[in-house]
Amino acid sequence: MPSGARVRGRDDEWTDLMRSANAGDGAAYHRLLKSVTPVLRAGARQGLSRAGQSPDQAEDIVQDILLAVHLKRHTWDANAPFAPWLFAIARNKLIDALRKRGRRIFVDIDDFSETLPSEPPPEPLPSVDIASHLGDLPQRQRDVLQSIAVENASIRQTAEKLSMTEGNVRVALHRGLASLAAKLRED
Amino acid sequence: VDTDRLILALAADNDHRPQPVRSQLAMALLVTLPVAAAMMLVTIGLRPDFMAAMRNPFFDLKFVIALALAIPAIVISVHLSRVWMLLLSPFILIAAIIAEMMVPQRTPMMMRMVGKSAGLCTMAISLFSLPILGAVLLALRHGAPSRPAFVGALAGLMSSGLAATIYAAHCADDSPLFVAVWYTLATLLVTGLGAVLGARMLRY
Repeated sequence: MPSGARVRGRDDEWTDLMRSANAGDGAAYHRLLKSVTPVLRAGARQGLSRAGQSPDQAEDIVQDILLAVHLKRHTWDANAPFAPWLFAIARNKLIDALRKRGRRIFVDIDDFSETLPSEPPPEPLPSVDIASHLGDLPQRQRDVLQSIAVENASIRQTAEKLSMTEGNVRVALHRGLASLAAKLRED
Repeated sequence: VDTDRLILALAADNDHRPQPVRSQLAMALLVTLPVAAAMMLVTIGLRPDFMAAMRNPFFDLKFVIALALAIPAIVISVHLSRVWMLLLSPFILIAAIIAEMMVPQRTPMMMRMVGKSAGLCTMAISLFSLPILGAVLLALRHGAPSRPAFVGALAGLMSSGLAATIYAAHCADDSPLFVAVWYTLATLLVTGLGAVLGARMLRY
């Protein structure tokens, strides 16, 4: 299949998944995030190496993009394709990241839309990790994030374990993700 | 936390659904417009001859000019398109100045421009716009602007335009020249403040 058609098929699939996610389908949302991540990773690596930076830091940028996509997904217009919106956010985040490192910025639209997916790095990299930010969060948010992200527990299991209501777990989870995004933005 | 775990946490949060930006913005304006209007009414109040002044087209034009700035700024801040609509208010203002020039005037041009309340005008519009600006910026934080300073400036334009609409009900200087100088000065101050705050607050 020609790569143009493959990219179009992928974009349509993303748009469908995001629409299902907005309709409340958490599994579709999980699948969407899984599917965009290798593409974001490849784009971040390419952008970094084009700016003369080590592509090792790509994972921080990918996580930053994912958080922004999550917290801003209500600004996506469900009648428009998802990919251009995603790549606009990714581009902004990549530019921010390069600016923080004090480099001149060459970010091409193609960095994200034309790259082949890239696998995660084989071993943990010595970069700033989200885990190091968990410690700064309020206790509740940290416990909930720890339980869901690290221990892979569901909202209900987390609620039982921490003796919270499911509603409170949801609130703490959302606030935790928002403060995580804010922390990443600061440094 | 590696990326896969972050994705798990994000997916678990899928049920959290924020309000669209336009509802947040509408709410911010709905709450703060009465506040700004109340600030005007309890401090300086309506001009005493308000009802009679309404028959003067140059008095009415102040509302038109201020709203012609505020409404496009609101629309653009949501859709980020048709930025040219911001030219509407300056265009009406210039037309009003020309119209006034064509009518014989009793007071000389400089006196009309300086008016009776230049300092109060700029200060009052700036102050009345602050609650609106604050709430609007908080609402626009829910958006995802790629140019935060620009959207902050739009927040400044809409708040000063709305504050000017409110102040116009007190203002006894009806000359478009007065509006062109003192209303514009207040608008520039608030818009600059909006751009500075926006650059900090609206990044995501």
